[in-house]
Amino acid sequence: MLRRTIAVEKPADTGDERAQSLIARIRNGESSLFAELVKPYERRVYVTALALLRNEADAQDVAQEAILKAFMYLRQFRGESRFSTWLIQITVNEARMRQRKQHAELFEPLAESHDDEEVAYTPRDFADWREIPSEALEKSEFRAILAKALASLGQIYREVFLLRDVEHMSIEETAQALSISVASVKTRLLRARLMLRDILAPAFADGWFGRTPFGKGSKPW
Amino acid sequence: MVVNCEQVWPEISNYLEGEVNPDLRAAMEAHFHECKRCTAVLDGARNVIHLYGDDRALQLPAGFTAGWRRRLTEYMPNPRGTALGWLLAVAAVALVSGSFALAHLDAKSVSALRSYHAEPGTGVPDEMMVTVSADSKIFHVPGCRFLHKHENESVRLIAASEAIREGYVPCVRCLRQYLNR
Repeated sequence: MLRRTIAVEKPADTGDERAQSLIARIRNGESSLFAELVKPYERRVYVTALALLRNEADAQDVAQEAILKAFMYLRQFRGESRFSTWLIQITVNEARMRQRKQHAELFEPLAESHDDEEVAYTPRDFADWREIPSEALEKSEFRAILAKALASLGQIYREVFLLRDVEHMSIEETAQALSISVASVKTRLLRARLMLRDILAPAFADGWFGRTPFGKGSKPW
Repeated sequence: MVVNCEQVWPEISNYLEGEVNPDLRAAMEAHFHECKRCTAVLDGARNVIHLYGDDRALQLPAGFTAGWRRRLTEYMPNPRGTALGWLLAVAAVALVSGSFALAHLDAKSVSALRSYHAEPGTGVPDEMMVTVSADSKIFHVPGCRFLHKHENESVRLIAASEAIREGYVPCVRCLRQYLNR
């Protein structure tokens, strides 16, 4: 039985020194280096946009817009935070602006209000957790199930989960990017993780896995 | 320290982050050892983190990188654009100075003839003094009786070149010898 804690914390952003020197050169006129500066963070930018918008097309558009804005406002970057954090903050702002335009909050389910954050979450009772191995990620059907489960979370949970667990940002960075407290990140993260577990467990125990001959030498992935 | 399920659940996430104090950690581990349900919660949450934390779980849409690169290129002032800018500036200067030159040329050239029945007085010596009235179309040798003139209208005595420039045409009578027939 697994008892170890998992090392979810990523090593310090070693790319930041690289970012600083690139930024200096870009400011001195080497604009074409901006693409090189942004490339390592493009996934993070996209995932952030997706966390707030759900819709892939909107997320793509907003993420691209955010990258362009970062270039336009690069002179305003003071280096008080990491470049990656600053870039993510721009993305969050862009995504929230897009949300306001679309009045997306009107369509958020009631259960996603901030109130239920304070109520303790009771995880569903499953006799056992059947480990889903990473090999399953090779299957697009499995990835689709993960995406659907994630999309079903309330926004406040989805965004912390995506930044922290998908993009491996630290809890502090996640708090900074979303302009919320560290305590809120922790509370929402707990709930996001437990809810995803609850959503995925029956799907895999009885549904997706159940339909496939399981065990005895054959694996569904 | 002994903890029950309700005390364990809120700490599962912190436990996975390694953010619980040693006492609580020991108590939680003792509880996991006894409680199947909490172990299933812990294993499930850990599995969720591992799955979603894998780069394969969420992939960038095709064309995303090309998209933002294209937008950047469209926005950035590229070197060729600058050259084109200079070229445009030079062309503009040429155009403006050209138009001035043309205007200047125009001042010297003959304006449209006041009468299309007449011939231009190109054979008339430039410095020859001729008479014109404002509303007439023809210039004359001073004293020509065919000069059209209203009452009180003044007659100007000007050089033939000036009259020609103003569009007057030579009188077919008094200036006949100069016409290019």
